[in-house]
Amino acid sequence: MEATATHGFAGLILIFVSAAFTDNVLLTRFLGMCSCLGVSKKVDTSIGLGAAVTFVTSVTTALNYLVYKFVLLPLDLDFLRFLTFIVIIAAFTQLVEMIIDRYSPSLYYALGIFLPLITVNCAILGISLFMVNKPYNFLEAFLFGAGGGFGWFLAITLIGGIREKINESMLPKGLEGPGITLIIIGIMSLAFIGFSGIIKV
Amino acid sequence: MASSGKLFIDAFWKNNPILIQVLGVCSTLAVTNLLANTLFMCFGLIFTTGLSNLTISALRNHIPDRIRMIVQVLIISIYVMIVDIVIKAVSPDIHRFIGPYVGLIITNCIVMGRAEAFASQNKPFTSFLDGIAMGMGYSMILVLIALVREPLGFGTILGYKLPGLELWWHQWTIMVMAPGAFFMLALFTWFARAKMAAPEGATK
Repeated sequence: MEATATHGFAGLILIFVSAAFTDNVLLTRFLGMCSCLGVSKKVDTSIGLGAAVTFVTSVTTALNYLVYKFVLLPLDLDFLRFLTFIVIIAAFTQLVEMIIDRYSPSLYYALGIFLPLITVNCAILGISLFMVNKPYNFLEAFLFGAGGGFGWFLAITLIGGIREKINESMLPKGLEGPGITLIIIGIMSLAFIGFSGIIKV
Repeated sequence: MASSGKLFIDAFWKNNPILIQVLGVCSTLAVTNLLANTLFMCFGLIFTTGLSNLTISALRNHIPDRIRMIVQVLIISIYVMIVDIVIKAVSPDIHRFIGPYVGLIITNCIVMGRAEAFASQNKPFTSFLDGIAMGMGYSMILVLIALVREPLGFGTILGYKLPGLELWWHQWTIMVMAPGAFFMLALFTWFARAKMAAPEGATK
């Protein structure tokens, strides 16, 4: 089944599920590792950052799609895509931060510290860059972004849960922190390879 | 300059961007399944860290504090664009594979991290050296990991078959897939941190 051959509702769901599970950005594409290693110490913070990333990814992937298709390609400015995408992502994050700050201070305090982290989260820029290589239309691109963000959210929450438990056990000195987290992620990534037979996109 | 030598030693070992600061891990893992990809990535990264550090440090007194993140990202992405175009021209095949990851140098935390932590406070020349040193410390780990993953996974180095290996070595596919990368990096981090912790613990 080719990505272009999947039509209708089922095709859209396939794109979302494959972006979230079989092509999980964190576990198979290695994106967003830095903030994942830093933030995944607790489930609460993981969920907070995961939710923020999912939201920003969905919207910015759609925005980037529009800009890429209707501005960059017609003007033959393909090589400017890095610059454009990162500016859109940074501007959007800034905007969200200001809106949340204005209308919902409590949400701002919950998410506030994560928002600056999002600009430099490679998962978001990465999903936009992978989107460029795929033959998607607007809705598909949006779902690809949403699925990718959701996959990241899922992975970081699971890792947060495992790390909370593992902090209570004895570890070799050098393995504490990033070392053991990388091994956990490695094992989870092995498990996620199991999904790869389910959908072929 | 005595301090520039120290800068390099720090970047290679005591303050290694990957093993100790745990920055820029994403691309480390993604491009290290083939040594050739890794070398291109390293070239791009050293170029970007060095020059973006130089530029940001030269402009550091003129960038307003509030928008400095955006300015830094813009400066970095200009250099990444140059790298992208150069790689595309030199080797379109490799570009097809590592293309998206080259773009991700922009959000590679080493580049941003050094710009923020070092270049925004130090003189241009020192910052330039720091950028190069950090890029090289990063590259060293990338090349080491690639040197383990490519032979184990494909039985080749830089695409050349290792002599005699196919007689007894069954290709260890998991090594070139995602989990292999995580496990290799975990082992490297473990080794480095265990080695590092010992002498420090003794002096304290």
